[in-house]
Amino acid sequence: MARITELEVNGTRRHLDADSDRTLLSVLRDDLSLTGVKYGCGEGQCAACTVLVDGAPAKSCLTKVGTVAGKRIVTIEGLAPAETLHPVQEAFLEADAMQCGWCTPGMILGAVALLASSPNPTDAEIATGLNGHICRCGTYPRIVRAIRLAAKRAAKKGVHA
Amino acid sequence: MTRREFFARVGGGVVVILVPDELSAQESGRGMNQRMPEQVSAWLHIAEDGSVTVYTGKVEMGQNARSSLTQAAAEELHAPVASIRLIMGDTALTPFDMGTSGSGTTPNMWPQIRKAAAAAREMLIDLASQKWAVDRATITVADGKVRAGNRSAGFGDLTHGEKLARAIPVGLALTPADQWKVAGKPIEKVNGRAIVTGAHAYAYDIQRPGMLYAKVLYPPSFGARLAALDSAAAEAIPGVKVVRQKISGQREAGADLVAALAPDPASAEKALAALHAEWAPAAGQPSSKDVFAYLKRTAQSAASPHLDLAPYTIAYIAHVPLEPRGAVAEWSADGKLMVWTGSQRPFGVRSELAAEFGIPEESVHVIVPDTGSGYGGKHQGDAAVEAAVLAKAAGKPVKRNWTRTEELTWAYFRPGGLVEAGGKVNPDGTLAAWEFHNYNSGPSALQTPYRVAEKYEQYHRTQSPLRQGSYRALAATANHFVRESVMDDLAHGASIDPLEFRFKNLDNQRLRDVLTAAAERFGWKNRKRAPGRGFGLAAGTEKGSYIATCAEIAVDGGAVKVVRVVEAFECGAIVNPEHLANQVEGAVAMGIGGALFEHVDFADGKILSNRLGRYRVPRFADMPVIESVLLDRKDLPSAGAGETPIVGVAPAIANAIFDATGQRIRSLPLVPNGLPALSAARAPA
Repeated sequence: MARITELEVNGTRRHLDADSDRTLLSVLRDDLSLTGVKYGCGEGQCAACTVLVDGAPAKSCLTKVGTVAGKRIVTIEGLAPAETLHPVQEAFLEADAMQCGWCTPGMILGAVALLASSPNPTDAEIATGLNGHICRCGTYPRIVRAIRLAAKRAAKKGVHA
Repeated sequence: MTRREFFARVGGGVVVILVPDELSAQESGRGMNQRMPEQVSAWLHIAEDGSVTVYTGKVEMGQNARSSLTQAAAEELHAPVASIRLIMGDTALTPFDMGTSGSGTTPNMWPQIRKAAAAAREMLIDLASQKWAVDRATITVADGKVRAGNRSAGFGDLTHGEKLARAIPVGLALTPADQWKVAGKPIEKVNGRAIVTGAHAYAYDIQRPGMLYAKVLYPPSFGARLAALDSAAAEAIPGVKVVRQKISGQREAGADLVAALAPDPASAEKALAALHAEWAPAAGQPSSKDVFAYLKRTAQSAASPHLDLAPYTIAYIAHVPLEPRGAVAEWSADGKLMVWTGSQRPFGVRSELAAEFGIPEESVHVIVPDTGSGYGGKHQGDAAVEAAVLAKAAGKPVKRNWTRTEELTWAYFRPGGLVEAGGKVNPDGTLAAWEFHNYNSGPSALQTPYRVAEKYEQYHRTQSPLRQGSYRALAATANHFVRESVMDDLAHGASIDPLEFRFKNLDNQRLRDVLTAAAERFGWKNRKRAPGRGFGLAAGTEKGSYIATCAEIAVDGGAVKVVRVVEAFECGAIVNPEHLANQVEGAVAMGIGGALFEHVDFADGKILSNRLGRYRVPRFADMPVIESVLLDRKDLPSAGAGETPIVGVAPAIANAIFDATGQRIRSLPLVPNGLPALSAARAPA
């Protein structure tokens, strides 16, 4: 069976030894101890396991690790440089857009990807864009608010959130 | 940990305040929900460097207890929020606690921590008074400093290396709510930064050196027993160990615990798939289609109705905590057990583990990291017991994380229920008689808050075809759904506006106040009737708090969309308005699932809704505009808010559907497959 021995995660080359048909979710959590990546369902229904692969959101529970070799993977741990927050992380804190927080890392990465392709989304666009993400605590309206807040600030600064 | 052990453990140069348990057993009765008085101790320790640590057996699972309890300590200590650290839900470090449930943290633990902090503050003033030889009255405490004239000291500077202890004095005055400076205000979620950066390690995330991953073989249906097992192929996989153990405690999946263990999860998974098991199925296992007849048939008490009653049904639903049950267990060489798990009852799980192995509770250490939600669903130690049994057999730490399918199958559910209810109205619009029988859901909020002379209200115990347990607000959701649906029917039957009808029959001023507030914000009196639009309201009280919910829905063909929900809530003095609003809005969002579509589907002892693809929960697209109106009663003690805000959602929506269509739907969920065959949307009145 083909093996994966190297991945580019959060800007760093990580060495490992994994079957290429294992899920990216398991490799990130269990082999690389990046436990900010969350398991929620294992079937792509909740998006708690979302990571960015070459900038696009990917459900890591459905992604075979063999398909992402050589691609740039970003998990919540690598979204912002150490000791700093990404504007979307800041906005989630400010809007109190979480309760238990289990969905939050995937939600934030989903939001970052959404804002990259649609810098000034309407509420309806946010709801559609993130409808694959489940927040069981029901903080959806606050998440929408957080994303709008991040978008507004980015527009003011003339940068992408 | 006992008080004495705690005192011995903390270092010198500290102030220790111990809360005597005897003083705290004052929980008032809660009608049908009355439980044993809870032991609610909290300990507080100020180190020489001035840092403050508060110890409580409560746990954080999204309800923001960590934030509110931190505010409680900061308020009375007159110290910055950032200077206070909470140790929660750790059986080796915190005082005993019955569990985090029943909206109990705010009414019970919150005042205890305030008292501990106030006593500590007074003690610091005593110390400063002695040290500086000044009158107590000239000393102030603010921003984590003790000051008198031009003298100033940090909290840690006054103890001089001594270890000082004090019990909370009787009659200690707490700061009234209208003078709060930290409490009653929004603060950023404590630990929120660790959540948005992914740094927080939940129980599911814990890793230990040498740890094995466990995958467990579960029966194909309830009651099935293992007849034969061939594990040769599984054990041929490198690194894999197959363990077969008996569980002595109650276990839904049976006493046989069979698991594949491996140093990596992939090998464990492969080994599980390679196990060849033969099962002997159990006959007569339940199905959802005949569940309500089953509940009635197995009732332990009979009803002899006095009025015409309509039957209502409430489906079993699942909690679906996004972090599934999970545990890591590790045994030490001297026979002590350490377990990390997500649970609402760390000390209850400790008892389960001690009983399973016949060891003293002191030999078991349960740690509950802030948890990925519970909603009443994480009271039992299933995953913890599995992990500990397997770790003992393997002689290594074992991680046992449940899958979503295991979570949706083998956890317990919110009880299904059958309710038969009805009422009679006098010509003047007052209630003449009321009757209400609940089979199986439970007694919470069974009693009507409305004024009625003649009433018959009874909860009937039955057998349950599925494992059942507590769920956010317990039976208050079922009982409010039915009561407020019947009230709506009675209002329409008497041709009285539903809001007016409730006011006419309601004496409780707090309940009247939330109804008024919700109706005003919603614009109930000026609501614009239109085809395919419906408006409904509901109100109620539970666990010392008051709720009124107004809903607007749109009907399009068979589809029901909740457009707007306004919810007014009053739970005494508000502890943190932002976090309270979050709870209220979140309860509305979650309540929409149980109201519209959530239900556990089962047949012949198998759960069919065993994946998220088969069990629908609310998503962004299901969200209405949600507005919360929070009434702040600074003159009243603070009650909890984690549960009651969910109870008005289903009846408000049901009443709105009736308003739009003339259809009275008497089952939860209301429209799992869209509206039942619909003639035409009723023309507006």
